[in-house]
Amino acid sequence: MSKVVIDALVERFKDPVKGDGVTGAFQGPGGDDVAFVERDRLLEVCQFLRDDPGMQFNMAPYITAVDYLGQEPRFEVVYNLLSTTRNWRVRLRVKVPEQDAVMPSVCAIWRGANWFERYCFDMYGITFTGHPDHRRLYMYDEFEGHPLRKDYPLRGRQPLVTELEVPEEQFRGPGPARRSE
Amino acid sequence: MSTEVKEALKPVAPRSSELDAPLKSKRMLVNLGPSHPATHGTARAVVELEGENIASCKLDIGFLHRGFEKSCENVTWTQCFPYTDRLNYVSSIMNNVGFALAVEKLCKLEVPERAQYLRTITSEIHRICDHLTLVAALGLELGAMTVFLYAVEGRDLLWDRLTELCGARLTSNYARIGGVSRDAPDGWAEKTTATLDRVVSLRDEIDGLLTRNRIFVDRVRGVGTVSRADALDLGFTGPCLRASGEPYDVRKAAPYLVYDRLDFDIPVGSNGDTLDRYLMRIEEMKQSDRIIRQCFRDMAPGELVVRDFRYVLPPKPEVYGTIEGVMAHFKLIMEGIQVPAGEVYGYTEAANGELGFYLVSDGSGRPYKLGLRAPGWPMLAALPIILKGALLSDLIPVFDSINMIGGEVEQ
Amino acid sequence: MSTELDAIPGIIPTRRDDAMGALEKMVSKGLGWARKYSLFQYPFVTACCGMEYMTLAAARYDLDRFGAALPRFSPRQADLLMVVGTVNCKQAPVLRRVWESIAEPKWVVAFGVCASSGGFYDNYATVQGIDRIIPVDVYVPGCPPRPEQVLDGIIMLQAKIQGQHHQLTQGKPLPVLGQAPRPR
Repeated sequence: MSKVVIDALVERFKDPVKGDGVTGAFQGPGGDDVAFVERDRLLEVCQFLRDDPGMQFNMAPYITAVDYLGQEPRFEVVYNLLSTTRNWRVRLRVKVPEQDAVMPSVCAIWRGANWFERYCFDMYGITFTGHPDHRRLYMYDEFEGHPLRKDYPLRGRQPLVTELEVPEEQFRGPGPARRSE
Repeated sequence: MSTEVKEALKPVAPRSSELDAPLKSKRMLVNLGPSHPATHGTARAVVELEGENIASCKLDIGFLHRGFEKSCENVTWTQCFPYTDRLNYVSSIMNNVGFALAVEKLCKLEVPERAQYLRTITSEIHRICDHLTLVAALGLELGAMTVFLYAVEGRDLLWDRLTELCGARLTSNYARIGGVSRDAPDGWAEKTTATLDRVVSLRDEIDGLLTRNRIFVDRVRGVGTVSRADALDLGFTGPCLRASGEPYDVRKAAPYLVYDRLDFDIPVGSNGDTLDRYLMRIEEMKQSDRIIRQCFRDMAPGELVVRDFRYVLPPKPEVYGTIEGVMAHFKLIMEGIQVPAGEVYGYTEAANGELGFYLVSDGSGRPYKLGLRAPGWPMLAALPIILKGALLSDLIPVFDSINMIGGEVEQ
Repeated sequence: MSTELDAIPGIIPTRRDDAMGALEKMVSKGLGWARKYSLFQYPFVTACCGMEYMTLAAARYDLDRFGAALPRFSPRQADLLMVVGTVNCKQAPVLRRVWESIAEPKWVVAFGVCASSGGFYDNYATVQGIDRIIPVDVYVPGCPPRPEQVLDGIIMLQAKIQGQHHQLTQGKPLPVLGQAPRPR
């Protein structure tokens, strides 16, 4: 569908000295076009995609992160971009290591990215430099940890109000059967 | 009285500079929510007021965060459907269908035609329900209780039809990976057409009550205007984007299900204010009605699910009669559907905008990651920007018209 | 009064005590009748059950028939707290505060299975039933419950209110806000 975008990106950000900015482009199932982008070239790539008259990616509908526990680099931030004028979609994936989980913020390019980046910070612990309002989105400030990381337990509740505890509770919902598991 | 006292008591005209000087005032912090009178889920808005004008508005959300993504990572692919129901709970079949389409994109499954038609019909019925709910809430909060009663009656009638089809009024859990869960009972198409006629008459009454009503129009025209460029930059999709003038609709841009065979229009607004967003909903209800009637005309009897035991439960006679049926049934229930490893972003046009599911599968029976792109999210995030400088009483119509549904925005 | 005398065993009730007891019973029944048929609800609406709540308040499944029509959006003016939908850990202090603000006598209806027991959201974010935070009178399960179920719950609550002991004056100091809930 928008293979021309991926090819143009790979071509433009080819750099034999510093390393290619855009690598590993492929077509996913259903015609999705995906490319991996180096973290330090991300802002350039996004600026090019939005401003270049041949591209015109004027909206970033969805930005999220994935935790690939066990792989190095551990996290991956995924940018789904849309051009309404040309009806093209493209997906950029940026790998983020666990020790240095810092990303540049694209809020200056698309204002709609604001809350998506706050979500990634709240749920995965990835910080974004240059974000205008860097704080948690869903969880309260007293919450410790980042819930959607794979090593955070499903039932790791941190109640704000003292609750009546039921001892030896057997869980009937999804996840491990006993609290101790 | 002595002359000095008389002099002192004579009224003194104020100096003109005193009359023209602005009143010294302090900004007031007003807290709206999280326990809201308006039934929109819960959101807390801390509004800083300069007199009656909103100087700034900070949103605090997370009061309905129910851990949708983490719950889905711990259940099988089919068990995710009830969780997706409760995302946008006013149009839950659209969530089901969106998720099923995303998984089928990853599995490369071809859904049979009758299932596609049924999915389209139920999606459009729920789109009408969603728009009726918005109009009901908008009317109720601006004081038009009659509109609320009429719209809820229309919604109830449609829910009765859906109960006959799916078993539940609200959270229907209708779609399955590979098709739909059950067939329409006999005579359902005729009954639904009669219900749609009644809903059309209710909708016309609501239209007559609100659209040219001086009080309503004065409160919503010019309020919460979003320009076309701003709407794109902020990530709006759906009726709110089209109200600002950008004619982007996923059903036309990247058709799914049977939308490429159907004849319908996409209404586009011009001003991007709350009146336009309200009018979009009324017009879209008319288009959904058109779509459903065409589907009833074109739908033919046929299969409901893909006949592939790797993804769909085999029929009961085979489960009880053959070894392969038993084994397939067991594996699908205990381990879940073995979706091939990979990632996909499946997007559909829900009632509120683009509903996207970003799926990452590691080849097992449970999702590795199930990311949700909620249609109401960008509109809610943009609320502080839209409301800058507006009056406090403009907050309610704007908040209503962007149709923030707590379940999807807070997952 | 006769209540203090009841605590001492072996006291023979006099005819004056009988008369006082009958009067108290009549007052209790009268007050119970008045309170059950004029419930002012505080709809603490959070999630999907809110849609069924809207239907309940509308024309078809009319809640007004049972006297419980008028929602009061200030806890000071309400006596029935209907917790409609999921309450999560961030919302829990808010719920607790709203409950504490409602003046006695007050009743709580857990509308929906998320309010009754957490529903199927058994994870890091959800309170597993509001009875871990506040005392509940009637649980209406369902996801979401049909409006007829909720009306059944309201009728059950009305029967419960009728059976409770109502007095014109308590005759003892009022509870201080913030203390642990009294067991019902």
